[in-house]
Amino acid sequence: MNILVCLKQVPDTETQIKIAPDGTSIVTDNIKWVMNPYDEYAVEEALRLKERFGGEVTIIGVGPKRLTESIRTALAMGADKGILVDDPSLTGSDSLGTARILAAVIKDLDYDIILCGKQGVDDDSGLVGSGLAELLGIPQISIVLKLEVSEDGSSVKAHREVEGGTLVIEASLPALITAQKGLNEPRYASLPGIMKAKKKPFDVKTLADLGLDSSEVGASGAKIKIMQITPPKEREAGKIVEGETPQEKAANLARLLHEEAKLI
Amino acid sequence: MAQGIWIVVEHREGELRKISFELVSEGKRLADKMGQPVTAILLGSNIKEKASMLGKYGADKVIVADDNRLATYTTDAYVSVIAQLAQAHEPAIILLGASVQGKDLSGRLAARLGVGMAQDCVAFSLDNSNLVAERPIYAGKAYATVTFIDSSPQIATARPNVFELNEPDESRSVDITDAEFSLDDSQIKTKVVEFVQEAGVKVDLTEAERIVSGGRGMKGPENYSILEELADLIGATVGASRSAVDAGWRPHSDQVGQTGKVVSPNLYIACGISGAIQHLAGMSTSKYIVAINKDPDAPIFQKADYGVVGDLFDIVPALTEEIKEIL
Repeated sequence: MNILVCLKQVPDTETQIKIAPDGTSIVTDNIKWVMNPYDEYAVEEALRLKERFGGEVTIIGVGPKRLTESIRTALAMGADKGILVDDPSLTGSDSLGTARILAAVIKDLDYDIILCGKQGVDDDSGLVGSGLAELLGIPQISIVLKLEVSEDGSSVKAHREVEGGTLVIEASLPALITAQKGLNEPRYASLPGIMKAKKKPFDVKTLADLGLDSSEVGASGAKIKIMQITPPKEREAGKIVEGETPQEKAANLARLLHEEAKLI
Repeated sequence: MAQGIWIVVEHREGELRKISFELVSEGKRLADKMGQPVTAILLGSNIKEKASMLGKYGADKVIVADDNRLATYTTDAYVSVIAQLAQAHEPAIILLGASVQGKDLSGRLAARLGVGMAQDCVAFSLDNSNLVAERPIYAGKAYATVTFIDSSPQIATARPNVFELNEPDESRSVDITDAEFSLDDSQIKTKVVEFVQEAGVKVDLTEAERIVSGGRGMKGPENYSILEELADLIGATVGASRSAVDAGWRPHSDQVGQTGKVVSPNLYIACGISGAIQHLAGMSTSKYIVAINKDPDAPIFQKADYGVVGDLFDIVPALTEEIKEIL
């Protein structure tokens, strides 16, 4: 089975987000960049499919250069090949631009299934997966908690978390799946894995390699523009509910919810 | 010239979901500013009779695509029909709900039409007739105000439970028309095999108006019964922090936070939750936050409107009793 995984880096979730003086971006000095958490589930699921069906896992990411580290981490976990697309004109790509770049890489590859994380925890849009599936003309199943692949590897049954329950959705392969937390427990890269990763094939592609026009990607191809980034509204300091005993505190809280907040 | 605001209706098991009315309400507010109509796009099977409900909240028109292949949402069928309608009628703006379905549909629809998409928005405004959307990024640690470039229609999804419903006007009528579209079975490449209902779920966390949530301080799964009792009393849904979910005490679908669900209730009662930055990311747009925690230094007290320092095992049952008196 030929399995593709698309991944990206995001600031570690512990990061304090600081808005840059230009007001339209965040400060990136001292950010610890990690593999997007949802992409880890995609990598792990790919590796499990390879363990079951044999074949190859190819990791694909769209720059910048530091993304190399996360692609190598995926190789160290057990993936076979890495492809990094790195080109200055790709800077400022929005989701659709990124999807176009990935589609340009993937259209020349043989694949049975593509796995992505459900969203990047930086932009929280979750658009690249569906954009990519659309451009490739393959079905998508998003926010997948459990993936069952048929014995002959030709179709999938995916369990998707929806409001109030789970949907079970079937599709023939090739298809694109976006991973939700809980899909699996991602493995850690072992030391031998890390050593082996250094020798695995790693291709770096530029815009010219992909036959894309710079007007379709990067800032010049973007369809969404960030006018401003603002901090969340500061919540005003609340009050600590008074009372000598738990009963008193509970009574005072109930009264506040009833009289002041008018919620109860 | 692209005109009008469209909203895409969401329904399940023959009932329109609340997000649909939130979208109509907000769509109407925006459309009035533009001096243009609001049209609801309703895809389904035997669903036409529900169309008039949309008029009560402000829709001027409803375009109904009624086909048994649209009874249950599938990405391919819904994207195909809506894209065809959009290309035929050229709306200026299309709003969908940032529900699971809405997010799945919107991404593919925007890619099909080659336009920009603003996901999970909490506020909208207009610049001339261009949509300006405000949306959380970095799990709500920041907000981005975005506009669209070279996009017609301009597409956005609205976070559930954020936009105010209009007062329903029972006398308001609405113009209902049948959609013209073509749909080939071979275009529909996924099939819904089953829906497994979550046991005992009233309202999904992402749409709940009230939430009672438990964290590491709950000490074990069996103790959630005290939260469930309070939740039942006040019509709340029970949530959990990541600690509780990772410990196996509650299912992942209950998790509130950066790698869980983002919620926006009127009331969020956090019990035994310290208030890690990732948890706050999931509930910071709650209208009122109540924190109950033994540790007076817990970060959650910085964000709570009402903080109770105390043992939740004493406070929560006592609170339940006190509220029973009031109700």
